[in-house]
Amino acid sequence: MFKSKPRWFGLGMQILAVVLALLFTSIILLMVKAQPFEAYKNIILGSVGSFKKFSDVLVAWIPLLLATSGLLITFSAGLWNIGIEGQITMGAIFTTWALRLLQDTTVPPALIIILAFLAGMLGGALWASLVGMLKVYGSVNEIFGGLGMNFIATAMTIWLIFGPWKRPGVGSMSGTEPFREALWLPMVPGLRLSLWSLVLAIVVIVIVFFLLKGTYFGLRLKAVGRNMRSAFHLGIPTSRYMLAAFLLCGAMAGLAGAVQVTGVYHRLIPSISSGYGFLGLLVAMLVNYQPLVAVPVSLFFAMLNIGSIQLPIVMKLDSTLSGVLQGALVLFVLLVDGARKVLLKKS
Amino acid sequence: MKVELRNIHKTFGKVHANDDISLVVPAGTIQGILGENGAGKSTLMKVLTGFIHLDKGEILLDDRPVKINSPADAIRHGIGMLHQDPLDFPPMRILDNFLIGRREVGVFPNRRKIRQEFIELQERFGFNIDPDGYIESLTVGERQQLEIMRLLWMGARVLILDEPTTGISASQREKLFETLRILVKDGMSVIFVSHKLEEVEALCDRVAVMRRGKLAGEAFPPFSMDHLVRLMFGKAVPVGDRTFYGTDQVAVKVSGLTIEDVRLQIRNVNLDIYKGEVIGLAGMEGSGQRQFLRTLGGLMRPVGGRIYLQGKEITGRSYHYFMHQGISFVPAARLEEGLIDGLTLTDHFVLAREQSGMFINRADALNITQRHIEDFNIRGTPEHRIEALSGGNQQRALLALTRSKLNLLLMEHPTRGLDIESTIYIWGKLKERCKHGTCIVFISSDLEELLQYSDRILVFFGGKVSQPLDTVTTTVDQLGQLIGGKGL
Repeated sequence: MFKSKPRWFGLGMQILAVVLALLFTSIILLMVKAQPFEAYKNIILGSVGSFKKFSDVLVAWIPLLLATSGLLITFSAGLWNIGIEGQITMGAIFTTWALRLLQDTTVPPALIIILAFLAGMLGGALWASLVGMLKVYGSVNEIFGGLGMNFIATAMTIWLIFGPWKRPGVGSMSGTEPFREALWLPMVPGLRLSLWSLVLAIVVIVIVFFLLKGTYFGLRLKAVGRNMRSAFHLGIPTSRYMLAAFLLCGAMAGLAGAVQVTGVYHRLIPSISSGYGFLGLLVAMLVNYQPLVAVPVSLFFAMLNIGSIQLPIVMKLDSTLSGVLQGALVLFVLLVDGARKVLLKKS
Repeated sequence: MKVELRNIHKTFGKVHANDDISLVVPAGTIQGILGENGAGKSTLMKVLTGFIHLDKGEILLDDRPVKINSPADAIRHGIGMLHQDPLDFPPMRILDNFLIGRREVGVFPNRRKIRQEFIELQERFGFNIDPDGYIESLTVGERQQLEIMRLLWMGARVLILDEPTTGISASQREKLFETLRILVKDGMSVIFVSHKLEEVEALCDRVAVMRRGKLAGEAFPPFSMDHLVRLMFGKAVPVGDRTFYGTDQVAVKVSGLTIEDVRLQIRNVNLDIYKGEVIGLAGMEGSGQRQFLRTLGGLMRPVGGRIYLQGKEITGRSYHYFMHQGISFVPAARLEEGLIDGLTLTDHFVLAREQSGMFINRADALNITQRHIEDFNIRGTPEHRIEALSGGNQQRALLALTRSKLNLLLMEHPTRGLDIESTIYIWGKLKERCKHGTCIVFISSDLEELLQYSDRILVFFGGKVSQPLDTVTTTVDQLGQLIGGKGL
């Protein structure tokens, strides 16, 4: 009467997926006449080969983990928040705006930074709320709404950099005028890493973990995500919960944007989101709603991103190889998961 | 064309949707297929048109065995089906819709010739459709006409119609029946699937009645309504002990309630529901009882009239407001509308209860779930995912999820698909609630259940509602007549 899925079977399939993804990437490497093992070795060395390199991995990991945290919430509510990229960008814009507004005042720098972070959260949440309202009140699928809002956010960055916020003299793709050092997040000496943002990212994922695991809010979100009609009949205000999921995800995306501005670039640059939103979607899909699994997987993805920077230098390969591997991983995990379901149904 | 089905079997999981069905439809006849929802008639038609594959059995057309693997196969063999919602492309032109299914037209269809054929065909039946218009501009009846012409043009010799008269006007229905009569005169066969007794009576040369996957019996004109109703619903066994808890205190008052929906209108219903009373809603599926029940639950807004709960007007308020007032709705589609796939029993009980604090107290929740499991005799543990439970246990869980102190409990088919033991158990639980003052309104297509457990019964037919019938003085035959639309 009750079926329990064999655990080892699921685990075996997961491993199979990773092996297949590596195999697939290796074939691509062989096609461009490169040694797969050498490439993998370079990626590993490039990411954990030295303390400096690993700190760079952490710098990439922070916004990725923040974006993934937010996406775990929207995914739980059954929403595809493709608009996360725009939400990160908007967070960065609002952060920059707050910093510009306050940088010449007598407000203490620490307070300015805090206010800038809050502004970033507000910006991300605002952008997400637009997607959410389009979805809930206008029946616009969040994928299309989000995609549209992404383009607007990008356009707005470019306009700000070349228009109202352009550098004295001439605007350039290198971004706005960097802020004075007092307005930077405190850095680990000699590195680009800020422990503050690292702690922030970890706190956020822990909050998401407890939110989804132990709270009424999290359980209701899951109920809405899995079956909206039933959830409504059980008495859950489904629209409100969907909007809340968007707001929370947007706020976390905004934090990622704020970190990029205050902790990494110290200014607004055209591609401030660096694709971490989309990468976060891949991670969230891969970990299947489990915040604890998201931590190592997003770290691994950050390692691939940073490690592959070595490829053009050492092997004259393009660094987009990391994207191939990441994409292949997600595809094979989903594929194998589909195959597993078919197999279980048959048996 | 003569259609013969031999020993057709089809199962979906545990459900035997078609259990050894054998049926012969001679050429030149209109064959009616009657049966309640879930009786297996749609499955049988889908087998015949290649939408689903049969497990066992044979299909013979003009005495030749055929294999039908897809709807395209079916039409090649001359079997065409007119679906309840016509399968057309609303944004496309009518002529394009007309020619789209036929392979022989090739990549560059000869529109002028096809248009000529279209016009000839439509003259033959007296239809009046502009081939250059758009589907969107047609009524459902006209779309059916178009679909019939299309199927004939594609070579259909057997026409299957699934509930074709829902949503079309009376004159269009006459037109449709007239058309069908012309067709059978030419030696075609028509299979008319319906649960409207009067239409079957008026149109069909023979009727096959299905019930619970089996062929319950066949009938020929002149049809006896009572006989058909009994074949459809089964024999209502004389009722045993009945306990009523109805009082003379009005709990819910419905006055002048008017409900509109795409398919039907229910006008001016007046009803007092007494505390502790059970009201059964009878009628063929789709006669309006579902809309009525959902309106009482706050899920649909009436276009007119008022609903009072204990003297307080609640018309037009939201479903969640109704819930807070102690009105609970239990849908028929358990896993689609009531329960959440992937969540455990405990999760469900947490969701259904009032929130206390931000964090869920797991130990508490487990206790409550355990208590409900024992109380409602659910076979499962608190950690079982809801979809792993059997249908009967899911139904018990759904019932256990409703709040304990209710003013009004609304249920769609509370015991559909359950065995007798579960049915008796569930009704025992429900009657207990009545004893404590809850009133129950439920939909059922089981006459026995309606007569056994209701204090009063309302019969629905095509949006019309009967006066409340006292079950003690109502006979099965009376009920059957009303369900078939006689006297309403």
